[in-house]
Amino acid sequence: MNLEALSFECRQNVLDMIMEGRAGHIGGDFSVMDILITLYFKQMNISPDNLDDPDRDLFVMSKGHSVEAYYAVLAAKGFLDIEDVIKNFSKFGSPYIGHPNNKLPGIEMNSGSLGHGLPVCVGMALANKMDGKTGRVYTVMGDGELAEGSVWEGAMAAGHYKLDNLCAVVDRNRLQISGNTEDVMADDDLDARFRAFGWNSIHAQGNNIESLNEAFEEAKTCKGKPTVIIADTIKGYGGGEIMENKADWHHKVPTQEMYETISAELLKRRDAANE
Amino acid sequence: MNKIANRQVICETLMEQVKEDKSIVALCSDSRGSASMTPFFNAYPENSVEIGIAEQNLVSISAGMAKCGKKPFCFSPASFISTRSYEQAKVDVAYSNTNVKLVGISGGISYGELGMSHHSAQDIAAMSAIPNMRVYLPSDRFQTKHLIEALLKDEKPAYIRTGRNPVEDIYSEDNCPFEMDKATVIKEGTDVVLIGCGEMVRPCVEAAEILEKEGISATVLDMYCVKPLDTEAIIKAATNAKAVVTAEEHAPFGGLGSMVAQVVGANCPKKVVNVALPDAPVITGNSKAVFDYYGMNGEGIAAKAKEALA
Repeated sequence: MNLEALSFECRQNVLDMIMEGRAGHIGGDFSVMDILITLYFKQMNISPDNLDDPDRDLFVMSKGHSVEAYYAVLAAKGFLDIEDVIKNFSKFGSPYIGHPNNKLPGIEMNSGSLGHGLPVCVGMALANKMDGKTGRVYTVMGDGELAEGSVWEGAMAAGHYKLDNLCAVVDRNRLQISGNTEDVMADDDLDARFRAFGWNSIHAQGNNIESLNEAFEEAKTCKGKPTVIIADTIKGYGGGEIMENKADWHHKVPTQEMYETISAELLKRRDAANE
Repeated sequence: MNKIANRQVICETLMEQVKEDKSIVALCSDSRGSASMTPFFNAYPENSVEIGIAEQNLVSISAGMAKCGKKPFCFSPASFISTRSYEQAKVDVAYSNTNVKLVGISGGISYGELGMSHHSAQDIAAMSAIPNMRVYLPSDRFQTKHLIEALLKDEKPAYIRTGRNPVEDIYSEDNCPFEMDKATVIKEGTDVVLIGCGEMVRPCVEAAEILEKEGISATVLDMYCVKPLDTEAIIKAATNAKAVVTAEEHAPFGGLGSMVAQVVGANCPKKVVNVALPDAPVITGNSKAVFDYYGMNGEGIAAKAKEALA
């Protein structure tokens, strides 16, 4: 399977969900997509067939607002029916809520309020270590999310307990609702911060599946420390000039005209990836 | 006077049960001493996790462990675990439906002299308002043991509040009627219903004795299960009486009194009077002195009952 092409198809599904549901955090969906694709299609031992396997890898979507990207990837992996998701996303009474909910297959934990995923994953990684389970534990956080103090409580405990079965990814797209992360609450020294808490830190090109995969492989070789992958991404990646690197696409429903422009761009990139 | 505090009974019960069930884990936030959990931590280090002074982390980590098949009991002063980590209780425990038992130690005004930062006079209201969260305030050591054993048998979230000090026994080793989520009827009467939870059950029993001497017959309910509230027991008792008095170590809003008033008002309207802490920082003093000052004792509750019946 050509995963880069799949990433653009998943972005198209995200766009369709958001048009149909009239809501969605589209910018972060597009930036985080390649991280999720890499995790679900190249890294994690998880599928609809081993949902109850105690040794499965565990994932928590800490930046829960990028749920549309999460749904698209879960559907591509066979957990959800994409037609059903697009048709019902955000609709009255829908199971496809605007943040992850573990009543849906494949979703371990509910999220939405930021700064919860990492501490929860610390608990999972600790429990797996206690029981000698082989599953690894992953979470994805937004860069704006790192202003939450609970992230650093989790980081502290992960370092203290040397949780090398835990890998956190930061979707470093540098934009949050109010603008540039460096203006809102600077965190350009992420390496130093995580290392000070006893972590191994790696950089990856966050919209490049090969680069991400290498980083995840490297993380597995690090013993005695949790790893953070700082994935440099572009907010709105794949949406073309009208969308990429623009803070006002944090949460936005495109007009029909924009929809067609973005769809054309996604199709073009998918075809280029397939060549 | 009994010298064993309810918190100590929780530790003893978990130490018994962990022998059979290795999935039980205890987590503390630098609180193993105040939780009376030091013996557990010493005897079962492989089932114990120290989180440091970080209550949000304590609750989220417990939720993650529960997701991996553990049965976490996490301990922190009630004032902190109920509000500092409120959102973690709401999202990671209740909403995600993880098998975490949150134990609020030194609840209410147990830390009387330490001031409002250390009082939990809002925990019943806060925790009860979360969907899928249960709230229990056991009254004595025998009931505490039954409650913890029952909670170990289910896989749902719960908040348990205990006080710091030993409390006088209500029940005995041989006589501790306990049915999960059913109030215990300590005494049946015809004039007034006294409903208490936690440390206020004992004063309700004393109030009933005072009233009895004055020819007033009282029912006493031990409503250790504040949520799910035993509405059936309330309706049954209130229907046969002229008034209801509630007593709780909690602010006057959103606690046992508010809940009982809702049930009585909707089903069998009667006068309901609440005995509770004031809507103000509580006066400095140990629990007994504070309770006496605010009329949260047998005499105070008996006086309220007579007022309600007048």
